[in-house]
Amino acid sequence: MTPVPGSVDGVPGAAGEPRHVVTLTVNGVVRSARVPARRLLSDFLRHDLGLTGTHVGCEHGVCGACTVLLDAAPVRACLLFAVSVDGCAVTTVEGLAAPDGTLHPVQQAFGECHALQCGFCTPGFLTTVAAFLEQNPAPDEEEAREAVSGNLCRCTGYQNIVAAVRRAADLRAASSAGEGDRP
Amino acid sequence: MTTRLVGERVPRSEDARLVTGRGTFVDDVGHDALEVAFVRSPLAHARVRDVDVTGALDVDGLVAIYTYEDLPPSLAEPLPLLIPHPALTEPRTGYPLAKGEVKHVGEAVVMVVAEDRYRAEDAAERIVVDLEPLPPVVGVENAARAERLVHADVPGNVSAHMVQEVGDARAAVESAPHSLELHLAVERSASMPLEGKAVHARWDDDDSSLRVYSSTQTSTSVRAALAAKLDLPLAKVEVIAPDVGGGFGVKIVHPWPEEVLVPWAARQLGRAVKWTEDRREHFVSSAHERGQVQTVRVGFDDEGRLQGLDVEILHDNGAYTPYGIIVPIITATQLLGPYKPGAYRVEFTSLYTNTVMVTPYRGAGRPQGVFAMERTMDAIADRLGLDRAEVRARNFVRPEEMPYDQGLVFQDGRPLVYDSGDYPASLEKLKKLVGWDEFATYREQARAEGRRVGIGLACYVEGTGVGPYEGGHVHVEPSGRVLVATGLTSQGQGHQTMLAQIVADELGVPFDDITVTTGDTRRFGYAVGTFASRTAVMSGNAVALAARTVREKALRIAGEALEADPGDLEIVDGVVRVKGSPAASVPLRTVAVLSNPLRYSFDEESRRATQFAVGGDMSKPPVAEGDEPGLEGREYYSPTQSTFANGMHAAVVETDPDTAEIRVLRYCVVHDCGTLVNPQIVEGQIHGGVAQGVGGALYERMVYDESGQLLNASFMDFLMPYASEVPAVETDHLETPSPLNPLGVKGAGEAGVIPGMALLASAIEDAEGFRITSMPISPSELFALRARFAAGELEPVRRDADTQEGAF
Repeated sequence: MTPVPGSVDGVPGAAGEPRHVVTLTVNGVVRSARVPARRLLSDFLRHDLGLTGTHVGCEHGVCGACTVLLDAAPVRACLLFAVSVDGCAVTTVEGLAAPDGTLHPVQQAFGECHALQCGFCTPGFLTTVAAFLEQNPAPDEEEAREAVSGNLCRCTGYQNIVAAVRRAADLRAASSAGEGDRP
Repeated sequence: MTTRLVGERVPRSEDARLVTGRGTFVDDVGHDALEVAFVRSPLAHARVRDVDVTGALDVDGLVAIYTYEDLPPSLAEPLPLLIPHPALTEPRTGYPLAKGEVKHVGEAVVMVVAEDRYRAEDAAERIVVDLEPLPPVVGVENAARAERLVHADVPGNVSAHMVQEVGDARAAVESAPHSLELHLAVERSASMPLEGKAVHARWDDDDSSLRVYSSTQTSTSVRAALAAKLDLPLAKVEVIAPDVGGGFGVKIVHPWPEEVLVPWAARQLGRAVKWTEDRREHFVSSAHERGQVQTVRVGFDDEGRLQGLDVEILHDNGAYTPYGIIVPIITATQLLGPYKPGAYRVEFTSLYTNTVMVTPYRGAGRPQGVFAMERTMDAIADRLGLDRAEVRARNFVRPEEMPYDQGLVFQDGRPLVYDSGDYPASLEKLKKLVGWDEFATYREQARAEGRRVGIGLACYVEGTGVGPYEGGHVHVEPSGRVLVATGLTSQGQGHQTMLAQIVADELGVPFDDITVTTGDTRRFGYAVGTFASRTAVMSGNAVALAARTVREKALRIAGEALEADPGDLEIVDGVVRVKGSPAASVPLRTVAVLSNPLRYSFDEESRRATQFAVGGDMSKPPVAEGDEPGLEGREYYSPTQSTFANGMHAAVVETDPDTAEIRVLRYCVVHDCGTLVNPQIVEGQIHGGVAQGVGGALYERMVYDESGQLLNASFMDFLMPYASEVPAVETDHLETPSPLNPLGVKGAGEAGVIPGMALLASAIEDAEGFRITSMPISPSELFALRARFAAGELEPVRRDADTQEGAF
């Protein structure tokens, strides 16, 4: 974080609020932008970096649509300032699939189980569940439901989301078993 | 043969973009746009004395500030009354920016445009709006007392008063062997999509044209309104509903103040301008629904058969009535459900209050109507000591009585005639699914464990697929790609998938070759919108008809190319071939080329259609009379009346004897929406509807204080259910195809939410043993009711004959 007091876009003395260079590793790529201290991480990702897959549903940390992974842990991007996470690694929904486009097991499972309708809350569920399965690779029904019970969805009634969590766990197990078989 | 796709659980084509972050919602469009923030009224009712913007003028990044005085004449008028009705004698709509007076907290007074939203809000908070408070009207019963007025020129706060009557209901109640009177109340809730409203507008000064992206349920009608309000030719206005993050009714209202102001500002400023509603704005400036107070008088015979039903409804329409009186009309008509009421009289009074306006939210007045009817059914069963399911069955319209005319006028101005349905069969399925007849045993076991459980059921009939029409366009491109367009919009219901399934079957092309576009006026200009569970019925049939037209044309052209009778041809996997000798074939993409006689070729394939290549009969013109070039078809579907879907829900609840916490242990749904196009999508619609029904029954309410402040305008305080609150739903389908349309479909979108309040009231009443008359119900309210019951202030409910006898 490099404060540039009293300047706009690095022009010293220009009117406007101070801006700060924020550098993050987003989905494996180093990205920088110069933003005011009050810029929310959610707005930074969406509007400064153009990663509009992260959605904003309430701006007070309740709905979970803006959930991203910060150094692999799920956080609400609408409750963080971009400057306060300078230097961190962030994974957004755009970074879940493999570089060759192969879907993450959670993405695959959400489609298979019809776990999304309008898709607005979906990125927050996907990131949340991806992190959850790293901690608990084989959840039972109750654990799967608990894992997604901090995110709001107005379309699905959650039943298929819970099913997708468990389906993702199966897909993930199958794919890592497959990798283990390789010579 | 190509596998038939209608009826299959085809995975959604929408999902690939939505699970990878590549969806396009309005706020994802246009990163260089100026952004808008509004100064909104902090008071429910006040006179605007002055707006002082001087403090905001030196805010960095400020571009413009607009108040009512800045608006051009066409925007200085009240917003449109969308649905006039003769009974709506005192319609009132708001202005885009308040003119002299504000009528609810959240009403827009000043529009600020700045380089970004942060700075727009900086400027907005420095603007001083000087308000002189006026006495607010809050609560429908206060509105009815009319000691204060919302609109000084609307006497009694009454916007509309309407009576519909079949037979002499009051006399029938009077003369019936038994009669009851119920006083019921339902509180407000709201659609509350995860994405709020949003508008992005771009003015092209060179072309004098406007492109608007709006998170709307009707792009064609927004376009018409904008062209009128901004005095532009329709051809110079494009409106696109891109991916929309849920609607549930609130986004069918249009044009919202922001929907006309943002495009106007874009033209004024020559810059792209956008506004993205934040959550608090959505709570206080969009729309709510549900709030009603009802009085039911019912007369019935010894068997529990209705002889007369007399219902009076006070309906809270909030501060304005742009969407007319559709909600109370639907309550008044759909209240009847699957039953024959004997004589029926329904009277509603729609009243102004100084609160956010009331417009349809999923279910659109039906949840309240079903609450009234089903509470009545339970009360009759209780009075006569009969099984609640049996009382309902005795009052059903029988399958052999279809089509059944209820003798009323429905929300589309047409007769309320049920087209089909087998209600006794649905009830039998439901009883089996939930184990209705075995519940008494379960209750005994639970009681032995110190647990308190109850069972309930509720039935509804839903008029779906209202007109006037929708259209479909199917175009086979020379590449073989099939482009399908319909004008109505999608908010996550899977319309792209569902419509592609229909076209794949009708045309005989692979699903993956089809691209469906909805809600884009560049592709289809005539449409009504997405509401009233109408897409499968209206656009489904329209694209089916358009695909049939294309198919017919393809067979004719291919018949000429193959020198075969079109009647001997079929289309399989995108290839037209002679039945029985598939070697004689021509791909549909080649037929598309041949359909358009060319002078100029542009590639190898198109050479086949050029003038020296086609040959043919020189006495005929290249494009036959009455024909047109291109392999495409456009058709409209316009039905004479709605189709009537139905369903029945049952639930088992457990109430904590100490804390009064309410848990839904089981939730069972039997649903009949005619032919199922995609069972997975229909089940998804039901699951989502049930979640909203449970939310509306147990958690969600709009808490206004007496001054008209909405006290719970955030997701922290308005309790939308999470996964931890929504029960697993067990579903069973009955398919009674509608005789009214080619596909036999009925709507499914709203169904799940409709009986929720009625159902859980029934189940909680069964668990507790006293009457539940008001919803939603919280644990603390249930706790208070228990205390009143213990004090003898509440009448006990006599138990059902079926589920148990004499247990309480």
